[in-house]
Amino acid sequence: MPPDHNLDDYVDAPAPHRHSPEGRPGPLRIGLGGPVGSGKTALAAALCRTLGPEYDLAVVTNDIYTTEDADFLRRNAVLPDDRIEAVQTGCCPHTAIRDDITANLDAVELLEARHPGLELVLVESGGDNLTASFSYGLVDVQVFVIDVAGGDKVPRKGGPGVTAADLLVVNKTDLAPLVGADLGVMRRDADAVRGGRPTLLVSLREDPSAAAVADWVREQIRARSVQPA
Amino acid sequence: MTAALLTLADSRLPAGGHTHSGGVEQAIAAGVVHDPATLTAFLRRRLHTAGAVAAGLAAAATALSSSGRHRGQVPFPVALSPASCSSGESPAPASSELVAALLSLDAEADARTPSPALRAASRQQGRGLVRVGRRAWPSPVWDALPERPHSPLALGVAAAVAGLTPRDAAAAAAYLSVSGPATAAQRLLAMDPLAVAALTARLAPEIDEVATADGVPAAADPLLDLLAEVHAARKDRFFAS
Repeated sequence: MPPDHNLDDYVDAPAPHRHSPEGRPGPLRIGLGGPVGSGKTALAAALCRTLGPEYDLAVVTNDIYTTEDADFLRRNAVLPDDRIEAVQTGCCPHTAIRDDITANLDAVELLEARHPGLELVLVESGGDNLTASFSYGLVDVQVFVIDVAGGDKVPRKGGPGVTAADLLVVNKTDLAPLVGADLGVMRRDADAVRGGRPTLLVSLREDPSAAAVADWVREQIRARSVQPA
Repeated sequence: MTAALLTLADSRLPAGGHTHSGGVEQAIAAGVVHDPATLTAFLRRRLHTAGAVAAGLAAAATALSSSGRHRGQVPFPVALSPASCSSGESPAPASSELVAALLSLDAEADARTPSPALRAASRQQGRGLVRVGRRAWPSPVWDALPERPHSPLALGVAAAVAGLTPRDAAAAAAYLSVSGPATAAQRLLAMDPLAVAALTARLAPEIDEVATADGVPAAADPLLDLLAEVHAARKDRFFAS
């Protein structure tokens, strides 16, 4: 393109960013994605414990295999059975949250029908890789969970989860000294690729209530309730 | 109309098909399917039973849901009364006759699906198809379907409101009865995708034959029913069915 030309002159101005173009009614849906073992289920459990007394909430799990995560939530009595739905993803956990979200929509609808006052649904993806992301047809906002033990290069490597998730959670900060990870580097690299979107460095082991993430979730619910319908 | 038919039969249509294996997951667990030859045999068997039934039901649903043009093609045993068959603008409104006729066809599908697990799987896929179909091809005809219709009924209505014929609906149903399970086997057995594409392509003449048959057959396969029931009871499965 010639240097005196401006790309903006050739395209329409972007519409204001809004994830639910149709002003979807019902509970706020939050996607929890991230690599295997980064702490998605632990975060879901923590949020259920912390926010359960405040909000009418439910969880959809997308295990790659078996109902391990759903069973974990049940076993730990974080939520009653009728507030947890597990979906099968046909060997494609990524497809089920992005390309064909039908099974997850079915699960969300089932939970909504069962609990008419539902305010919050957490949709936990199956463990995937750094390219995983949720369709905004399924969730309103999404959290991407990585962990310090995966190496402090992960934020720099980017990928849609790291760069574009509404919240990036870097879990297991307590392990940083043990694995030689530099939290300052992770923070700096994340900020560099996330365009001002927030990143939280947490240790769910040290803070099983996930207080900082819960605060962010509360803010999302408040923001949504004041949005024009 | 070709593009609409291709859209309907495209595995990328987000209707939830990728979470169903059509019995292949359990067939693999049981050792029935383990290579291209046994997969071909399984798909052929499925095509001529579940596929043929789905094709007939889909065609019937399209015929019922279309205005005048295709209504003469409604096979035994469901047909609208002559009075309600007066031609109108396509798509036909959701008349109470159409509601009753589709409900009756839905019962026909139940009668041809003895396995409760397969009924549930069919209704789950029907629901998914209705969800995307309503958005893709808005029409009052969708309101005539039960909330969770059998999958071939949803497919038939989708075809009607997309301007397709009963034969088109049957073709999509017959094709989908093998394409979905073929992909599932490819994923589960890490098969060569070219081999799976080739064996699916070689079934094309048989798929066409099934899609152009008349009526709604009652071809059952006890093997598929048994596989589905055993599969549904498993906790360690990748696929919903």
